[in-house]
Amino acid sequence: MSPPLGKPALRREKSGIARIHIQQMTGDRFSYTLDSTLDSVNKAEQAAEQIAAKAGFDEEECLRIAMAVREAAVNAVLHGNAYDPKKKVNVTYESTGDKLVIRIADQGNGLDPDSVPDPLAPENLLKTSGRGIFLIRSFMDEVKFRDLEPGTEITLVKNVGAPLGQPEEDSK
Amino acid sequence: MTMKASTRQVDGVTVVDFSGRITLGEGSVVLRDTIRDLITKGNKKILLNLGDVTYIDSSGIGELVSAYTTVRNGGGELKLLNLTKKVHDLLQITKLYTVFDIKDDEATAIQAFAK
Repeated sequence: MSPPLGKPALRREKSGIARIHIQQMTGDRFSYTLDSTLDSVNKAEQAAEQIAAKAGFDEEECLRIAMAVREAAVNAVLHGNAYDPKKKVNVTYESTGDKLVIRIADQGNGLDPDSVPDPLAPENLLKTSGRGIFLIRSFMDEVKFRDLEPGTEITLVKNVGAPLGQPEEDSK
Repeated sequence: MTMKASTRQVDGVTVVDFSGRITLGEGSVVLRDTIRDLITKGNKKILLNLGDVTYIDSSGIGELVSAYTTVRNGGGELKLLNLTKKVHDLLQITKLYTVFDIKDDEATAIQAFAK
């Protein structure tokens, strides 16, 4: 069993992440809202690494989770909200003991993950973009996309103690 | 950690020592500007030493690919040197390990450039 997401982790997070506003903290679940800026992407990544460590993941897994969150946050800020200062990104963490569930929601025009070309296809290997969702799927055990009105929510699931798994198919 | 780049010449090869993070924003821009500057000055043999690069995200990977194709399209050669395990693993899962010419030893890398 992983330890709960308690106050010490939250204190560290609050001290290091100036612009994160904690909206809710109920037991092992809490959420915060980010501005649509590059700074937010860095803050989300740092927070994810700390929270993953608190949830019981080893250092390597923490880095993978943090990178998945970073890529999801980039998608939300850059592709979803397009740096619009009026639009926000909501991040929710939930630790259930055997897994960590992270939801990142933007207020953009929506995303069709199936429209992103396979970055491993020979004709796409030399493309300079389009690897973010692939990396997220590589580093997490389960990845789901959900349409919001407006926006997109991506759910990232990592099982505690699971090997670096084969990502499951996403469901829209 | 701020991304930094410094260049030096070794036997006709321009070695660029990078340190820090190559990520969306400043890190990627430093890499892009460095490569652009080298090409403008006529450098065609470029070795990117990534030994002190602590982190690369998908934007940074894209910037490395861009550097590779830009140098190659200009008739030059670009190789990578001293990948950390994290960067090595990223290039492996993105299948770019087979695209880039990657070396572990600087002297060997310098020798590997066309004379």
